[in-house]
Amino acid sequence: MNPLLILLIIPLLTIVGIAFVKDVTKVRLVSAIGMSAQLVYAFILLYLFYQQRNAGNTDDMLFVSTTMWYESFNIQLKFGIDGISMAMIMLTAIVTFAGIFASWQVDHLPKEFFISLIILAGGVFGFFISLDLFTMFLFYEMAVIPMYLLIGLWGSGPKEYSAMKLTLMLMGGSALLMVGLLGIYFNSAPDGGRLTYDLTEIAKVNIPLAAQLFFFPFTFVGFGVLGAMFPFHTWSPDGHASAPTAVSMLHAGVLMKLGGYGCFRVAMYLLPEAAHELAWIFITLTSISVVYGAFGAIWQKDLKYINAYSSVSHCGLVLFALLMMNETATTGAILQMISHGLMTALFFALIGMIYGRTHTRMINEMGGLMKVIPFLSVIYVIAGLASLGLPGLSGFVAEMTIFVGSFQHTDMFHRVATIVAISSIVITAVYILRVVGTLLLGPITNNHYLELKDAQWFEKISGVTLVIAIAIIGLTPFWLSDLIREPLAQMIQTLTN
Amino acid sequence: MNWSTLSIMRLEVLLTFMVLYQLIADLSEKENKRAVINFTIIFFALITLIGFFPSENTTLFGSMYINDELRMFLKNILNVSTLIVLLQSTGWLNKPENQSKTGAFYLLIFSTLIGMYFMISAGDFLMLYLGLELATLPLTILAAFDKNLRRSAEAGIKLLMSSAVSSAVLLFGLSLMYGVYGTLHFSEMALLTDASTLSIMALIFFIAGLGFKLSLVPFHLWTADVYEGSPMPVTSYFSVVSKGAALFTLALVLYRVFGSQPKVWTMTAYFLSITTMVVGNLFALRQKNLKRFLAFSSITQAGFMMLGFVNNDALGMNTIVYFMLIYSLSNLAVFGVLSIVTNNTGKETMDDFNGFYSTNPRLSLIMLLALFSLAGIPPVAGFFGKFFLFTAAASKGMYILVLIAVLNATVSLYYYLLVVKAMFINKNETPIPNLASTGYEKLALSICFAGIVAIGFISAIYDYVLALVG
Repeated sequence: MNPLLILLIIPLLTIVGIAFVKDVTKVRLVSAIGMSAQLVYAFILLYLFYQQRNAGNTDDMLFVSTTMWYESFNIQLKFGIDGISMAMIMLTAIVTFAGIFASWQVDHLPKEFFISLIILAGGVFGFFISLDLFTMFLFYEMAVIPMYLLIGLWGSGPKEYSAMKLTLMLMGGSALLMVGLLGIYFNSAPDGGRLTYDLTEIAKVNIPLAAQLFFFPFTFVGFGVLGAMFPFHTWSPDGHASAPTAVSMLHAGVLMKLGGYGCFRVAMYLLPEAAHELAWIFITLTSISVVYGAFGAIWQKDLKYINAYSSVSHCGLVLFALLMMNETATTGAILQMISHGLMTALFFALIGMIYGRTHTRMINEMGGLMKVIPFLSVIYVIAGLASLGLPGLSGFVAEMTIFVGSFQHTDMFHRVATIVAISSIVITAVYILRVVGTLLLGPITNNHYLELKDAQWFEKISGVTLVIAIAIIGLTPFWLSDLIREPLAQMIQTLTN
Repeated sequence: MNWSTLSIMRLEVLLTFMVLYQLIADLSEKENKRAVINFTIIFFALITLIGFFPSENTTLFGSMYINDELRMFLKNILNVSTLIVLLQSTGWLNKPENQSKTGAFYLLIFSTLIGMYFMISAGDFLMLYLGLELATLPLTILAAFDKNLRRSAEAGIKLLMSSAVSSAVLLFGLSLMYGVYGTLHFSEMALLTDASTLSIMALIFFIAGLGFKLSLVPFHLWTADVYEGSPMPVTSYFSVVSKGAALFTLALVLYRVFGSQPKVWTMTAYFLSITTMVVGNLFALRQKNLKRFLAFSSITQAGFMMLGFVNNDALGMNTIVYFMLIYSLSNLAVFGVLSIVTNNTGKETMDDFNGFYSTNPRLSLIMLLALFSLAGIPPVAGFFGKFFLFTAAASKGMYILVLIAVLNATVSLYYYLLVVKAMFINKNETPIPNLASTGYEKLALSICFAGIVAIGFISAIYDYVLALVG
């Protein structure tokens, strides 16, 4: 059996397990065991991956298995991974693991909560291992739809409005995507022969330019909605602010990366000429995303809104870098996906933990938390520093690579766009330092805070896992960039030819 | 008439026996109808089963009646749907005020089903018209079955009037056809079809006539009132079986008889599809009564079905049949849950469902999956049905139409989620209490549930339909 399928089987077994146990502690235990197993298995898969590569296997995709599903449409169950998907799988496993522990205290309908959360994670895993556009799309929608119940049932604030807005916007995006995918499918054999949804096969054919130009915007915007591209980002602040902790973590940390990954793997890789022709439109939009998101974050007073806008900015940077279409910038983009995934998951986890204690998310109502909950505060500072790109943490590596790569373009348009995007670093520093300053430092504003307890064991597991991952990428980024550079080099070649 | 004829027409013959049995049973049993209900359901389940046995491809009565594997399969879809409706109706029939109606209910249902068999098996437009009338007139009585309720009587009258008009329109189309071609035989007409103005008009009138039954916009105006007024089992019979028969008939006629002149009817389908989807959606958005809501939702779904007609190849017909199969199970699941609730409490508005999950988790989950299936959300079957329909339209290069359709699917997701929201998210001080359902009702829901979950993953089902349509 394909070793990748175990990534789907473990969540499935966990869901079945949760469905059969009764009381709350057992539900938590089963989910924790399941997702720990998933994390361990992700590491085993990484080991197997390196083993194959060291043994001299130079195929683009490893662990490929193909089973025909719908013969007449040539829809296959085709799975396989390269370095990029491997990195995304690791990210998903880590964030899901941390997410389970961060939602340890969910007590309203815990069974349903964990099942929906794991369906979401399973959809994401399925998406990253799929090499067939149909199954990819299937898993994509499967990952999005549990969000409605997760936010609507366990969220806070105007949760029903946010849940509906998020679901409809993302499903609207996937509606556009569907047109794009059908267009790619029906142009996948321009010289006759069999139509296919197979990603690696389509990459080899030259889709006619007219078709590329027509379907590229559908596909790119379809995925771009999930990547919070301006002006389709409006679901993100409301959705994240209302979502429960673990859902914000998984959504900002992993699900938004589906957008970037899809834009690159499907839209740009399969429709390369159109990507070149139309890049200027989307570079403009993503530059706006980057700066707009950062400015948006400055104005907010709610911690979750700050982080949501900052995600818009950072995910905009991912798409921006991908559109630069050179090796350095795209390497940076993938690094940024991983780095932002971990960082933002950590932020949302911490915000959830702080909110659980102070019962407010307004920064001006809090102060001096460093003195009462030092453990959480220190981690918050680490996350903040990673976010503003301090050397030694993951954010620096990613952003540096992106901007070096973007500056390799010598024409005026790219230079200006790059400079505009770079300016976001300064703005990021402003809102991160402002939050750290008012929230953690200074005098304690509320006497009730003196009784607050620091992190409990499950919160520590959640936070420490993410901090370690961020530090490892920050200190030794080479193994990760080696892992992703290999497939990137080949993909960039397709893009530039 | 000999044994082989009997075996070919076995469904019609057996069902006629059932109709006769109901007449007799109504005389003998006055008080307790339970035995009649049990016998009818078991016997009809047997008929459904018998339908799955292989039968020969042949024509009877001078090719007035056609039988082949495809038509047998279409009848089987109708049979399974009717069986589920019958299972669901047990709760309603067991109520004391409905006991006396049992015989009449079965009698009328089976009569219409025989009519639908003849519509599907017709080899001649006269036979088709005969079947259509047999399938329609008893339905008007069924719609007015709650005779003490004003809105039920209103539903009956509305249905009677609009079916009379639609019959007239259809007949006018048929008479034009006869005028152009000099025959009403399918096999002869298939060779003669041309694109003369008169034949185009004839075809349009024919589509309009069946469009009434399918409730395509602008022929949909009767739908919401009739759905709301009719008793629940009848509504679900309308929305699935009656609609399915009309759809299959339309498909058989257009693909098999007018297959060589696709331009006219694919363009008609193009515009009917857009108007039906958009109008159905816009009205569904504001409905509070779930029966009216489902009426407009089923109008929207009919719009999606028309999408398949844009493709005049086998792919088009194939995806239409496949979609109808999935739509039947999904819609019947929704109606199943709704009828359990209505029978026990009499409630049928969306607000009544607030907090439904806290008291009836299983029913809510089935409803959730069924609504997702209608909305086309993976991994349930509706996703596959819809994706393939869109593929059929896209294969003819109709990307703009597909775009309009997918955006409509997103809009429809909104109102399906409103029901989900009511059940799962909205709080309610006095939710509907935990409901007991009969074994038959559970069986009906289990069949639907299994179908919704499994059909998409089993590609063999699609391949089977493909092989039949060929």
